[in-house]
Amino acid sequence: MLNALGKAGREGAFFGAVALFVILAAFPFYWMLITSLKSNSDLYNVTNIPFWFNEPPTFEHFRYLFDETLFARWLLNSLVIGACVVAITLVTAVPAGYSLARLTGRSGEALGIGIFLTYLVPPTLLFLPLSRIVAELGLQNSMWSLVLVYPTFTIPFCSWLLMGFFKTIPVEIEEAAIVDGCSPFGAFIKMVIPLSLPAILTVVIFTFTLTLQEFVYALTFISSSDQKPITLGVATDLIRGDIFFWGEIMAGALIASIPVAIAYNLFLDRFIAGITGGAVK
Amino acid sequence: MGVPFLLAVYYSVSAYTIYDQSWRFVGLANFAQVVRNPVFLETLGNTFLFTFGSQFLGLILGKFGAFLLLRPFPGRGLVRALIVLPWVVPIALATVAWQWMFDSLYSVINWTMIALGIISRSEAPNWLGNPHLAMVCVIVVNAWRFFPFAIVIFLAGITAIPQDVIDAATVDGAGFWRRNYQIILPMILPIMTIGLIFGVVFTFTDLSVVFLLTNGGPVNATSVLGFEGFQVGIVSGDVSHGAAISLFMLPVLFFVVIGMLRFIRRREI
Repeated sequence: MLNALGKAGREGAFFGAVALFVILAAFPFYWMLITSLKSNSDLYNVTNIPFWFNEPPTFEHFRYLFDETLFARWLLNSLVIGACVVAITLVTAVPAGYSLARLTGRSGEALGIGIFLTYLVPPTLLFLPLSRIVAELGLQNSMWSLVLVYPTFTIPFCSWLLMGFFKTIPVEIEEAAIVDGCSPFGAFIKMVIPLSLPAILTVVIFTFTLTLQEFVYALTFISSSDQKPITLGVATDLIRGDIFFWGEIMAGALIASIPVAIAYNLFLDRFIAGITGGAVK
Repeated sequence: MGVPFLLAVYYSVSAYTIYDQSWRFVGLANFAQVVRNPVFLETLGNTFLFTFGSQFLGLILGKFGAFLLLRPFPGRGLVRALIVLPWVVPIALATVAWQWMFDSLYSVINWTMIALGIISRSEAPNWLGNPHLAMVCVIVVNAWRFFPFAIVIFLAGITAIPQDVIDAATVDGAGFWRRNYQIILPMILPIMTIGLIFGVVFTFTDLSVVFLLTNGGPVNATSVLGFEGFQVGIVSGDVSHGAAISLFMLPVLFFVVIGMLRFIRRREI
């Protein structure tokens, strides 16, 4: 009897701790949601209970966001930037990952570690030199500067991710194709690429979400509102002087966060493998 | 074959040549000036406090979280999806949400504390306006952002340990703590190190949390190297001094990375 009670107590403590962690992690997002749906008079009243609606919920903030701000434009900018960066990354990282995977011996390993280390070069170290390059190319204040800069971190990451995957494809498959009359390039296109479609899809999603998450370069290179990607626009442009449009800001943050959160959750395990796999073996 | 790699190298190399150019122009004078500035020294101290404070907090939370998620229970998938949110969602947007939660007048944290009777409205803390509290805030937000990553890293490490190793230890009479510290911890150390490398590097060099939450204030109390480099280099347009400030991150990063890579190697042999 006492034993059963103790067990129930432990169970309770366990689920209590789990609940605490969930609240700790997810509360700011709940907060985004509820703020974005509250009317202003409800939001800015210190006597109201903040955790629930004291007045009926409203979509006014969302309407304002799309009708009266450049939010739709930021969304479009982010999509265009993301699509361009994905294309550039694929064209370069697929052959790079493949050649790294097939390079045997010390040089391949050294190159691999070199690529791994480029992760660790932070944007805050590079934004000044890169901003000079962007200025000299006449791209300052244009979203195309981000299309130019983002591949510098997406390509190493994706090459690394793909390298790990390509290593799992047996060389014999290509050798067989070459024996059957394929050129090495043909063997790569006809055999390896179709086999690695899942990995390539992963790379597409990661590249896209990485560009959505980036903030430092966007902040450095872009100051005109109509060129901003969504993260920057929401975080800096919905503030007029000292007035924060909290309802709109939270609505915008929510819209931009949801797709990224879902994409990452679906591919989380592969992301972890990509970061740790090659380094720990 | 290595075109993309060369492209990446090309960018990083050309980046460094621009640093070199400004170096050649003014010699070490920039660095000397930067070091003499008391604000910079404060910034440097803040950076270390910010990095190690949030890493420490993040690791502790991560260890406990991983421990909870290790056991299968109904709804674990959903719980994991919710717990990783802080790490996967764009940090700039999450930081803005935190800024709203710390708002001087409408802070939900203060509201809760007042409702629970812990404090009265007149003594409600102004989170981002008080230098010490502002530092606590940026550390907490950063630890909050990092702990799901720590959880995932711990989980990846622990699940990679063959169960029979743990079973053997249990049979040999190792208790819970002993298993934890003498078997599990040493075995997940390499992967933990990788996680810590990322955590330290990203935190040490990050500016988005500080930029959005406190804008370095109040009175430089939360200014960190990345942010200061941005302020001086981009906002004030003093590229060479900004570059000098940013470059102070390099030796630290270098030692952290080299030290940790060597550490991993040694463990593998």
